[in-house]
Amino acid sequence: MADKVLTANRLSDGISVWLDASGNWVESLQDAFIARHAEAVTALEATGKAAFADNKVVDVNVIDIEEVAGVLRPLRMRERVRAEGPTIDYAPGYKGLSGPVHAA
Amino acid sequence: MYRYDEFDHTFVAGRVAQFRDQVTRRLSGELAEDAFKPLRLMNGVYLQLHAYMLRVAIPYGTLNSNQMRMLAHIARKYDRGYGHFTTRQNIQYNWPKLSDTPDILAELASVEMHAIQTSGNCIRNVTADHFAGAAADEVADPRPYAEILRQWSSVHPEFSFLPRKFKIAVTGAERDRAAIQVHDIGLHLKKNDKGEIGFAVYVGGGQGRTPMIAKKIRDFLPEEDLLSYTTAVMRVYNLHGRRDNKYKARIKILVHETGAEVLAAQVEQEFLQLKNTELKLPEADIQAITSYFALPPLTDRPEGWANLAGWKKADPEFARWVQQNVQPHKHPDYGMVTVSLKPIGGIPGDASDSQMDAIADLAQEYAFDEIRISHEQNIILPHVALADLEALYRGLVSIGLATANAGLITDIIACPGLDYCALANARSIPLSQEISTRFGNPERQAEIGELKIKISGCINACGHHHVGHIGLLGVEKKGAELYQITLGGSGDENTSIGEIIGRGFEPEKVTDAIETIVNTYLGLRQDPSEIFLDAYRRVGPQPFKDALYGGNAQEAA
Repeated sequence: MADKVLTANRLSDGISVWLDASGNWVESLQDAFIARHAEAVTALEATGKAAFADNKVVDVNVIDIEEVAGVLRPLRMRERVRAEGPTIDYAPGYKGLSGPVHAA
Repeated sequence: MYRYDEFDHTFVAGRVAQFRDQVTRRLSGELAEDAFKPLRLMNGVYLQLHAYMLRVAIPYGTLNSNQMRMLAHIARKYDRGYGHFTTRQNIQYNWPKLSDTPDILAELASVEMHAIQTSGNCIRNVTADHFAGAAADEVADPRPYAEILRQWSSVHPEFSFLPRKFKIAVTGAERDRAAIQVHDIGLHLKKNDKGEIGFAVYVGGGQGRTPMIAKKIRDFLPEEDLLSYTTAVMRVYNLHGRRDNKYKARIKILVHETGAEVLAAQVEQEFLQLKNTELKLPEADIQAITSYFALPPLTDRPEGWANLAGWKKADPEFARWVQQNVQPHKHPDYGMVTVSLKPIGGIPGDASDSQMDAIADLAQEYAFDEIRISHEQNIILPHVALADLEALYRGLVSIGLATANAGLITDIIACPGLDYCALANARSIPLSQEISTRFGNPERQAEIGELKIKISGCINACGHHHVGHIGLLGVEKKGAELYQITLGGSGDENTSIGEIIGRGFEPEKVTDAIETIVNTYLGLRQDPSEIFLDAYRRVGPQPFKDALYGGNAQEAA
């Protein structure tokens, strides 16, 4: 089973977010909680459903990732672009893949 | 241009208030997402990859400087300092907060703009020739009819829940600059033998996963019957269009499956019932709307001719810009200016807030306050005196928008692609940037001549790849991007759908492939006046297949 993280878009501003180990929705994939076994994935899915029902986030998905040299990398291109932002130089200040990794 | 009357103001203000209430209830949790989503879409608010996206309607691509300044203000205050002009003559903002959208719509309403019907299965923004009212080859200005259709179709109760979205385009010239044959309904304004105005009516064109060229179902529809006949088409579609399969729900599929003749007969039958009803357009109403679109007072400015000759001689870059980006106006002392939003290596269709403000200033000073957005993602100043071209050019140079490439290989259409769009499978913008950079040399572009490259990041074809002389379609294959190349497409009066030339190319190989295609064309054209499209139509795909795939062309196809 591929490692998985829970992602969504924040209701109020639509910004892409990922669920961290403390149950907070954070703006960096690198801070996401990683589910490495089926029970953890089930827990993620339940958390996602609850957050959607609670009107915190929309478009909730569990996505496949891999960890390369301590950096989380989604398997799908689409999710990589979501995590890193547009690949074009549209505006200053966009951060790439960086930051700590939490796992279970 | 059209100005809102009291009814319009009240109507749009009412919609803003209604949406503000809906957003408030959504954010408080009173409204669930399933209930809210169709409501936000009716007001142009999408959810994309990174954030919400707001699509604002620019009716038939026409706006004034006051409205352009508002678009700049919204980019600055509510977004990240830029906006993206689209192939539907609209503008999209990529980063608005949902909580801000009611305020944005209120600000838009203050300059007579809105985002109604920029999404959903309804009649979308009616598009028109971006040179409308100014072009020398025009029978009549298509915009009054586009405006009449806009008013008729706005929250039309019968046509707000169609099987699928519905797009109408109008041109008033023989040279079709509105791509009417790839729209659900295409209207070609013309005059009959008696000098009366009417329309040739095309139905069932479209791009997307099943590209189709529209069929002409009426040679001449009198202008007074515009709404009754269009209603008849809509009713036939609404009744018989498929609702069981989203991918077969557009009218093009109905036309294809029913047959144009049978469908035309169904429309005529419906039309008979509607012809002499309240839908018949009174001449006075047509005149009233037409008067909004009167030409500005174009006084004779004959001094421009001599000035222009001198300026061109003194500045070759200015001369190149005039040659490429200025077209003859119906008044000989004026020109129609294309302000290219395709700087070399830039993002097609993007403009920053300061560029939008500057365009507004220039339009006010030199272009009678009139601005257009073209479906090719450029800005048009339709009425500029030749005598003012040099000053306008200097202004454009100062904001980085004086690229002399209208209609050339770097004047690329590209959808937002996977950099923004939730539907996309591959990126469009970086590809367009790389191609633009490779071919950016002015002499090389001039040598290649007219060549339209159009790029879509998915099969929905927002980047019009099917009608690109060279079309690029991004797909996802084994988790990576791959680009399929089509050749020979065209979206003008001789519309054709491009043919897939062979197997796709990885992102890093696409620009080389384009170069191979271009070099093949340069090697086989009869002379420089034979543009790429004409050469392709003469020789067919084989020389290009041979050049791209060598002996493996068969396998490639």
